[in-house]
Order: sequence, then structure tokens, then C-alpha cells
Amino acid sequence: MLIRIISGLVVLALIGAGAFWLLTMPTPLAATDLPDHEPDVANGEYMFYAGGCASCHATPDQDDPLQLGGGLALPSPFGTFRVPNISPDPDSGIGGWSAIDLVNAMTRGIAPGGTHLYPSFPYTSYQRIKVEDIIDLKAFLDTVPAVASDVPGHELPFPFNIRRGLGLWQLLFLDGEPFTPDPDATDQINRGAYLVTGPGHCGECHTPRNVLGGLERDRWLEGAPNPEGEGTVPDITAAGLANWSASDIAYALESGFTPDFDSLGGSMARVVRNTSQLTADDRDAIAAYLKSLPDAR
Amino acid sequence: MKRLLFVGTTVAVLATGAVAWAAMDPIAKRQMVMKNNGAAVGTLAKMAKGEMPFDAGAANLAVRVLYNGSAGFTSLFPEGTQTGGDTEASPKIWEDMAGFQAKDDALAEAAAGIIANPISDLDGVKAALGTIGQTCQGCHETYRQKNNG
Repeated sequence: MLIRIISGLVVLALIGAGAFWLLTMPTPLAATDLPDHEPDVANGEYMFYAGGCASCHATPDQDDPLQLGGGLALPSPFGTFRVPNISPDPDSGIGGWSAIDLVNAMTRGIAPGGTHLYPSFPYTSYQRIKVEDIIDLKAFLDTVPAVASDVPGHELPFPFNIRRGLGLWQLLFLDGEPFTPDPDATDQINRGAYLVTGPGHCGECHTPRNVLGGLERDRWLEGAPNPEGEGTVPDITAAGLANWSASDIAYALESGFTPDFDSLGGSMARVVRNTSQLTADDRDAIAAYLKSLPDAR
Repeated sequence: MKRLLFVGTTVAVLATGAVAWAAMDPIAKRQMVMKNNGAAVGTLAKMAKGEMPFDAGAANLAVRVLYNGSAGFTSLFPEGTQTGGDTEASPKIWEDMAGFQAKDDALAEAAAGIIANPISDLDGVKAALGTIGQTCQGCHETYRQKNNG
């Protein structure tokens, strides 16, 4: 009898492990899935700023956004993440990656070899970026200086340190859908929506998260506790920005100054270093999109 | 008589101001300095955006306000003022007072550089705003945290 119970439990455990294994299996795209696209380095550079890559990946405590040695510590409720090196250094960076590798990382959350990436890398937003834009970005990243660095690993407690488990998280929160423009919205608003939801990854901080760390998309951009510690990240829907004109928003993204000439701080100071590099038209588009977001309250 | 009344009023206003300042706690003081800085930056920004006519005198005065605001600013963050009065000061200030001081010095240096070579045209306003804005962001990035909104 005891043997039958034990063997029953073993079978159940094996089925559970098998299900876990299957459910968390990485499903990367193949190079043949990529469109035929001639990389545009200048657009890749633009996407680098639109995507705010340097905000996290630039080597800390220096001013050059193209020194992408990584190492910044990102505190979170799940533990401390250490941002990796994305310079073209073949050993410590991503010099060995091809365009498809970057596409898989940014849209599937999978590194070469099938390793799941932690969603501190905002692929739930980056999955909305056009594949052509990612191919261009890779071409640009190949042109920046190679930086050798030795970034320590993430400091995560069990069970968050089990990378394979991220496959389950991705099943729940990564839908793989590209950005779809709203046919009823203007081209300007759709351009802003693309920049905000895709490369700009604004929702990663400005949208609240559930207990599993997934974005609560029905509370899109309504503000949230600061994931990096004390304080809050503000509501940037039309309701939250009621006292801001569209040109106030665009000016803040250009200069860092709010309508009452306070200077944006915290991680938003790093964001402004990127948005200040965008075209005035794109900053206006972001502002128009944010002002178009429905007032939920 | 009218003149005397004016002088008297001015002295009274200044005295009230002085008494109020002395009576203010460090949190209220530093918040007022930041409000002044905001007003000064606003003067430069409105000129840069074309919302206000270029005025060299007003622009250079704004830079002097910012310079003065930086002087002794970090002394308004003594131990015990980490919380209260809606402060948005980050705890990092007290963990790294030297780093915080360096950010304040960066503003002082930027403003002093402009005072030494005063603004004479609209491009000068834009350049000053850029230089000073960098120091605002540079400090707020690490040492200021928003509580709400």
C-alpha cells in the first residue's frame, strides 16, 4: 500500500515537472522569421534614445550614454536586479548577438540559448516595437564602443532566482502582440501611442502592477508606487495631467521642467536625457497621446 | 508724508519677512529656496519659449537668484529634518551629504560662470537654461523623491 502511495506521488511529481518543463519552454523566433530589411543605423540610433536603453545600461557614475557596460543596481519588490552589459564587447556584452537574438530578447524575453530574461528588462513593452526598428537598433548597437565589465548576478531570493519559472510569468504577461494603431485616432496620437507603449516603455513605471509583477493594463498609466523605493510615480493620463497642456508635457520631455518650473527628478531625470534627443514632433505626439487617454475617474 | 509711509511700509514688510524667515524651520526654508529657484528658472524658460520678451536684466537677475539659492543650501538639511512638512528630500541626502553638496556646487558653478559672462541675447538665455537645467536634474535625479503627483 505504502509503495503504491509513494509511486503515485512520484508519478504526480513527474507529471508536474513535465508540465512545468513544457509550459516554461522558450519559443524563440528563427532568423528566417525576420523580414527582409536593410538596417538603418541612423534610425537605430533614434530608437536607442526612444527606447531609453542608456537609462539602465550605461555604466553608472559617468556621463557618456554610449558606454554600455551595465552594472546599475535596480531594486524591486522581488530583489535587486543588476543591469547587463549591452556594449558590443564579445565577452561581457552582446557583440556575439545577431539581429534575431536582439529581437527574441526584446519581444520574447529570451536570450540566445533559450535563457529566460527577467522582466526588469521591459520586454512586455518592447514586444510592441516594430521588428524593423529592432534590427536597426542592433545595427546601431554594433557601432558603439565595446566595454569590458564584470557585472555581478541578480540578487534574488527563491523562487525568483529560478529563471525557468519565468516561462510561466511570460505565459501570463507576455502576449507577443505587435503595436496596433487605433483606426479612430489621428496619425499623431498613434505615433505617440507607439512611442509610449513600445520603445518608451512608460507603462513599466507609470502603470500599477499586480502581486505577480504583471502590469494592470486596465489601469494604464494611472500612476503607481515607485518600484525602486519610496514615493510614487505619477498618473500621466489626461486626468493626472489635467493641469498640463500638451505643450507643457512636450516641454518637460525636452527640458525636464514642469509647468511650475520644478525639475523632474528620480529616474524621470534619466528619461528626459533620452526624450530630449527625440524630434519636437515626436515629443508633441507623446503629449497628444497622453492627453487623449480617457479619464478613468 | 507719502514717501515716509512708503519707506515705513517697506521696512515693515522686510522686517516681517526677516522674522518669518528666522522663525521658519529648515524644511520650510529649503522649500522656499526651491520655490525661488523655480521662479528664476521660469523667467529664463518663458523667455526661451518666447512667452516673455527677452530682457537681459531680468535674465541675469534670475541667474543671480539661482546662485544665491545654492549658497548654504545644504545647511538647510540638518539631521532630524529627514521627514515632516511634506519634505520631498530623499534619505540619500543624509547617506551621502558630500555627494549632495557636490550637486549644489554644480549649480553654484554653473550660475557663477554665467554671472562672470552675463547673458546678452536670447541664445544666451537658452544656453544658460540648458546649463542650469542639467544641474537641477542632476541633483533631483538622486536626492529628491516625489511623494505624490
